[in-house]
Amino acid sequence: MTQVGGHTERVRQRTHEGFLRYKGFRWAQFATALCVLAIGAYFVTATRLGRPPSGNSWLGYTLGTVSAGLIVWLACLGVRKRWITDHHYSLKAWVSAHVYLGLSLVVLATLHTGFQFGWNIHTLAYVLMMLVIASGAVGIWAYATLPSQLSHNRGETTRKQMLESLEKLDQQIHDVAQPLDRHGAAIARLSIELTEIGGGFWTRLTNRHGDCANRRALEQLRALPSSASARQAEALTKIEELMQQKAEVLALARRQMQITAMLEAWLFVHIPATFALLAALTAHIISVFAYW
Amino acid sequence: MSELYKIAIVGSGPAGMSAAAHAAKKGLSHVLLEKTDHLSDTIFRYQKGKHVMATPSVLVLRADCQFDAGKREKILAQWNEDTRTAGVNVKFKADVKSITGEQGAFTIELTRGEPVRAENIILAIGTQGNPNLMRCDGAGLPHVQYQLDDPGEYTDEHIFVIGSGDAGIENALGLAADAGQGNTVTIVNRSADFARAKKANVDNLMATRDSGRMTIMTETTPSLVEAGWITVDTPQGSSRYKCDRIIARMGASPPRKFVEACGVAFASDSPTAFPTLTPTFESTKPGIYVIGALAGYPLIKHCMNQGFDVVEYISGTDNLEPADEPLLKDKLKGLPGQRSVAEWLEFLRSRVEILNGLSPLQMREFLLDSEVRAYSPGDAIFIRNDQGSSLFGIAEGAVAVEVDPANPRITVPIGAGSIFGEVGLISGRRRGSTIRASEPTICVEIPRMAALKLMAQVPEARDTVNRITTERQVLQIFKSGLTPEDIKDVLAGAEVMEVRPGQAIINEGDVSDDLYIIRSGSMIVEKNLGGKPVFMSYVPAGSYSGEMAMIERTPRVATVKAAIRSQVVKLPAEPFRQLLERKPELAKRMRNEMQARREVNAFIEEQKEEFGGAVDMYSSVANFLIKQGIGEATDVLLIDESLCVGCDNCERACADSHDGLSRLNREAGTTFANIHVPTSCRHCEHPHCMSDCPPNAIRRGPDGEVFISDACIGCGNCQRACPYGVIQMDKPPPPKPSLFSWMLFGAGPGPGQPDYEWRKKAAKAGGAESPKLAIKCDMCSGKAGGPACVRACPTGAAIRVSPDAFLSVARIDKGAG
Repeated sequence: MTQVGGHTERVRQRTHEGFLRYKGFRWAQFATALCVLAIGAYFVTATRLGRPPSGNSWLGYTLGTVSAGLIVWLACLGVRKRWITDHHYSLKAWVSAHVYLGLSLVVLATLHTGFQFGWNIHTLAYVLMMLVIASGAVGIWAYATLPSQLSHNRGETTRKQMLESLEKLDQQIHDVAQPLDRHGAAIARLSIELTEIGGGFWTRLTNRHGDCANRRALEQLRALPSSASARQAEALTKIEELMQQKAEVLALARRQMQITAMLEAWLFVHIPATFALLAALTAHIISVFAYW
Repeated sequence: MSELYKIAIVGSGPAGMSAAAHAAKKGLSHVLLEKTDHLSDTIFRYQKGKHVMATPSVLVLRADCQFDAGKREKILAQWNEDTRTAGVNVKFKADVKSITGEQGAFTIELTRGEPVRAENIILAIGTQGNPNLMRCDGAGLPHVQYQLDDPGEYTDEHIFVIGSGDAGIENALGLAADAGQGNTVTIVNRSADFARAKKANVDNLMATRDSGRMTIMTETTPSLVEAGWITVDTPQGSSRYKCDRIIARMGASPPRKFVEACGVAFASDSPTAFPTLTPTFESTKPGIYVIGALAGYPLIKHCMNQGFDVVEYISGTDNLEPADEPLLKDKLKGLPGQRSVAEWLEFLRSRVEILNGLSPLQMREFLLDSEVRAYSPGDAIFIRNDQGSSLFGIAEGAVAVEVDPANPRITVPIGAGSIFGEVGLISGRRRGSTIRASEPTICVEIPRMAALKLMAQVPEARDTVNRITTERQVLQIFKSGLTPEDIKDVLAGAEVMEVRPGQAIINEGDVSDDLYIIRSGSMIVEKNLGGKPVFMSYVPAGSYSGEMAMIERTPRVATVKAAIRSQVVKLPAEPFRQLLERKPELAKRMRNEMQARREVNAFIEEQKEEFGGAVDMYSSVANFLIKQGIGEATDVLLIDESLCVGCDNCERACADSHDGLSRLNREAGTTFANIHVPTSCRHCEHPHCMSDCPPNAIRRGPDGEVFISDACIGCGNCQRACPYGVIQMDKPPPPKPSLFSWMLFGAGPGPGQPDYEWRKKAAKAGGAESPKLAIKCDMCSGKAGGPACVRACPTGAAIRVSPDAFLSVARIDKGAG
């Protein structure tokens, strides 16, 4: 289409593909090839040796070196992500490689162990690595499925607009509550002053806001005996409406925070486990060479 | 008999006031005549607190009054003080009725009081003093006003604003802004839309109407004004409304009749023409001098310098170096030919056809904005696909256009006196071919804004540019070895048309056969399939449309309508068919392209039958994007929300690549299906932000990026002009500690835009206060890796695209994702 009608072409088209499909699954193919190569080498060596090659065979050392190198490189994604340089790089390519090479470690490192496990630092490093990979797999699932839910949930409302509309509703409740008696005013204050939008990470992740002050205020409001003064009654009806609106906005904001929390939750395992892994890996390597 | 002054100055604006101050300083007998009871009425009537700018910043101020950018109040106070200390002889409430007599003995009749006699007269009356008046009965009633100083002054009134320009809209918005004032505001527009106003103002107006705070009456004219009432003619008939106040903002016209009655001749009959002046500002009537806005110089600094200069000239100085002389000298040094500035000006003016109509004074100002360059044979002046919107005029020598990208030896010559680069100027697209000097050549490069100004000032220049543009565009689009001689008949019937957004130039099913060339803007092609309009293709500027009906003599197969405000050239069918008969090569080429388009259409129709959903999706996504202004974008950031995890790494990368301030707001903006258009610059073809940048700081860079240079003065015009809200006014925060000292030791705020608290604290520690400047996306200009937002996206959600690539039919295959 770029040449129809003979107009001059402009900015080149940039490919539009997600990190999983990057360059036609280039890194998936590379990682698969790596695994197939490792498994092949393993079985050829195993049949020659007559027993599974352990970590201290030449194959074991090769697999171990490759795996350790990969682990360190994979951990560098955290730096790459934040290090904004001027030259050409693509974080998407990094993430794509991170995902597939990380998954390939399941094969490479397992073959490196020679299936010898025990209650020692070596197995600890292996277990930590598997934990990192498992949490990473959860991350892949989250990144592949949650964004559309996030987008669908918020529509065109931004986070800031949600907070602003809550603020506005609070202001309106405050204004309408002026003619109320002490008891009514206390209910309005409950909703205005004590409603927590988010709360702790766990609350956000589970989206359980059982003691939501706005909800309690709404319940108390509905339980009030009908008021004698018409002015009061009118104000109460209006406040009920406003609190109902507030509850809806809160539900939207909290669902948004829940999905955002889900997008982050796996990182709370992935990152600390990575650091533990790096420590265990260092201990594993030092001990192997110290007790050669 | 009253005193005979050496100089009488009419009008006390910046020009007149500066002249009077200089005359006073020189001890010349003088009088300054001001119609109102205060100095500088035009600036006096600016809205309260308006920031007045001092541009062009390169120009040195040479005057006896001081002037610096600042608030209206401060400037007026300064001028009052300056005129008082200089000892200016001011006569307030002196409204000049007529000027008679000759040099040495002029008589100035005033509407009130004794006439004034003077040897010389300086006319510095500006153009603002004469607002266009309402012409219906009752227009003279006291509740009709032509000015609104403070919209907050009026409460609980029924107010009618007449006029569809920015002034009218801004007044109406000001009156309706605060619902607490209780005004009932109506804006009356003679035509159907607000075409002359800025888009941001119009959007704001529509939003105010939609929220019920204002009434808009279009295609309506006032017919009768009575105390408390107004009668208007609407398309539905005449109606009478309650009305306490009428604010008429229908523009102003220069007081040409009065000036002509003084014996001063104008350059032409065009309403935009200025008086004919010598380089010493003397008009065709000896002894009468014209300076300031009336002479064609609307900027305050120019006016003040001219006031100084003209007094020098009148007192006999003939070797006064104009204030801009050093600037021009600097600009012209190093060029061959050993000419003085004046000789250069005359050389360029007489040699380049489109400059012929400029006066020596206009020529000076013109050259301040333009560049003169010398090229040796073989030097490239610009390369095909370069970004550029400037116009070139050849003063000496000749250039060769490489018309065939495949074979640079095929060239078309353009000789001295002519112009080139006009297609880039008008369409805003990249250069269509490489142009090299074929002999030692001197060219004047005229930036887009200066070229547009020139075309507005000199009608002959506009006609020349339009004629050449159409001819060359036709040659460039149809190639096939056509020569200007071949297409003479086709061009004879060519018609340039302005098209409003959404207006169709071709309707499906119509029997018409003209061919259209899209000169600026862009078109979308739609076809009715199964009762619904389906988006077929996007036609950018520099393409043609309508060839099927022209060649095959069939009714139109699709509707072609403007995506944005566009300009098209209509070519009549019959001469074109004759051309096709004479040029079988062209006919073949057009048939091939037609076949390609037909296949695309057939493909979409076929897909529509089989996978209706995918085509509907593609069509609606395309329409959504067009509505978002993508039709005028050259490069836009889109976010695929099915991939975006909301990590905001794009914003962080943006901030870290640009002095710590992000130019992008990921979350804001609009979304349709999974396509999100964040608030980020689209690098429009004809950027709205560029339209009113006093220091000319907004430019287009080599990769097509629109960027703001260090010359920014922080006036905020661009921010208001941008219809997409992508320009912010902010001051860059102090530099942060490095990433590694943050990672290892927790120093500083970390990656991304520092929070407000940190910035405030760091700025305080840093000491110096920096001004707020305009900040926008520069597409990471100069960074080898390209836009940081796209590079830093971990999932591939952020993409930058050009509309023609993104709106291509290939998207259907991928489910329009």
